[in-house]
Amino acid sequence: MSKRVAWRKIWRKDSVTTEQPALVVDHLTKRFGDRTAFSDVSFEVAQGEVFGFLGPNGAGKTTTVRTLGTLIAPTAGSATVAGIPLTRANGVEIRQRISVMPESPGLYLRLTVAENLEFFAGLYGVRDVRSRIRDALEAVNLAERSGDLCGGLSKGLRQRVGLARALLSDPVIMFLDEPTSGLDPVAAREVHDLINVLRHRGVTIFLTTHRLDEAERLCDRVAILNTTLRTVGRPTELRQQLFTSALVVKTVWPLHDPGLLFKATPGVLSWRADDAGAYVLSVSDPRVAAPEVARALVGVGADILSISEAQHSLEDVYLELVDEDVEARKR
Amino acid sequence: MMALDLSRVAAVVRKELRDYRRKRSIVVGMLILPAIFLIEPVLFVFLGAPDPVGDPSYRAPLLLLLLIPVITPSTLAAYSVAGEREQGTLEPLLTTPIRQLEFIIGKAAAVMIPSVGLSYLVFGIYLVVVRLFANPVVAAGIFNEGPMLLALFLFTPLLTGWSIVVGMAVSVRAGEIRVAQQLGMIASLPPLGVVVLMVTGVIAPTFTAALVFAAVLLAVDVLALRGISGLFDRERLVTGSKASRP
Repeated sequence: MSKRVAWRKIWRKDSVTTEQPALVVDHLTKRFGDRTAFSDVSFEVAQGEVFGFLGPNGAGKTTTVRTLGTLIAPTAGSATVAGIPLTRANGVEIRQRISVMPESPGLYLRLTVAENLEFFAGLYGVRDVRSRIRDALEAVNLAERSGDLCGGLSKGLRQRVGLARALLSDPVIMFLDEPTSGLDPVAAREVHDLINVLRHRGVTIFLTTHRLDEAERLCDRVAILNTTLRTVGRPTELRQQLFTSALVVKTVWPLHDPGLLFKATPGVLSWRADDAGAYVLSVSDPRVAAPEVARALVGVGADILSISEAQHSLEDVYLELVDEDVEARKR
Repeated sequence: MMALDLSRVAAVVRKELRDYRRKRSIVVGMLILPAIFLIEPVLFVFLGAPDPVGDPSYRAPLLLLLLIPVITPSTLAAYSVAGEREQGTLEPLLTTPIRQLEFIIGKAAAVMIPSVGLSYLVFGIYLVVVRLFANPVVAAGIFNEGPMLLALFLFTPLLTGWSIVVGMAVSVRAGEIRVAQQLGMIASLPPLGVVVLMVTGVIAPTFTAALVFAAVLLAVDVLALRGISGLFDRERLVTGSKASRP
């Protein structure tokens, strides 16, 4: 059976019909004594959404996941997880509907892969345990290793066993903490494919990651946390919010008087030289400014190599926000 | 009162027993101690003075045999939570729907089953050796200690229970498995005081005394179990600090 067929086979979740968000977090705060792990955090995650949760070490990401996973109680604020209010009394019901995969998979090394999964299937009350385990292992391409002791597996394979374990209970929300940590590129790609399949099956995924390329590729929206929530939005929206549009102009030879040229060009707000013969222009609208810049360059007889729109990555957004905090702390 | 899901308890027991079986140091440790504690009572069978009437020395080997249900589970119980934390398996386990009480009972049962089984097996071997090989006078002396034999039978699971509860309580708080095991073993010894008093004749070893002390021990076990359930707070187990309240 191909992996893709196995993935489609394993999750037969009834399609989600309500429009209720999978996760609602409202002014949530957690303090340990005098230390604040995270403060006044609010966001919503829609059903079937892949939500990226980014932030530097110590920002409160793992504590947030533990709080939403009912492992620790919030100090203030409220949340609804998988449609159930986050209270101590609802812990069992919430945990029945979610799965959490910590960064370290935490497997019993003296048990086999199948025995590890069998244990967790028992805790979740999974029916038809054998076929469920087989399908989960096929989903992460580990069916052939089910009889291996986990202690003999590489870090990457253990991570995949952890992922199979998270799939066992058919969760409404999966909290994945650095799921591709320690995986080789092929295995990481398989995990990405699996996350996409899960998204199409209506599973909401809360993805904590340090890999910004991964977040950009997989996540519908991202949140950046640094004790307080710095921003939430789609990666493209965040780029637009934080950075003005820019054009990168490259010419064979440096321009004689670029200041005079660009100031007179409609749509160009400001400019700076980036390198010999390279200029970065802040523009109001690249679609308006680019033709004007091309005409102006041709008008002064410049040999144009390229005119392109500057692309800001999610990493730029992340660094901009996190660096802002670092600068603020210095002041 | 929340309902217990016995299938989750059974899952924990199955996993624990599998895990013990595959750890050679646990298996060897569990077998060596009872074997050592069996030597002196067996030697007594062959070397003991044949003067059974009212001789309290016939009861002394039984004290040694009762060390087995105290000491055997203490190391396993101390390992039960500290070991999970040290291997990094505690957090994934606590993110499942398992309830606090199911976790405690599953862990305790997994320690109880081999410990009590092994203790009764050793007692059985001892009594068979006495019946088959001991001087008839010595054998009669030992089998005449009816209250002590009843105490042996009743106290075994109760002392095991105490040892497990104490070991698990220490295991929650201890930073290291080794510390947990040492503290757990020391803390599990006090109830043996009652047995010592019976063996030395300070408390007359009667059937009534055996039943009364068994009932007291059972009550202490239940209270201790309830008392430590507060320690098994998810937040405390994961972060080391007590859960805060909004």
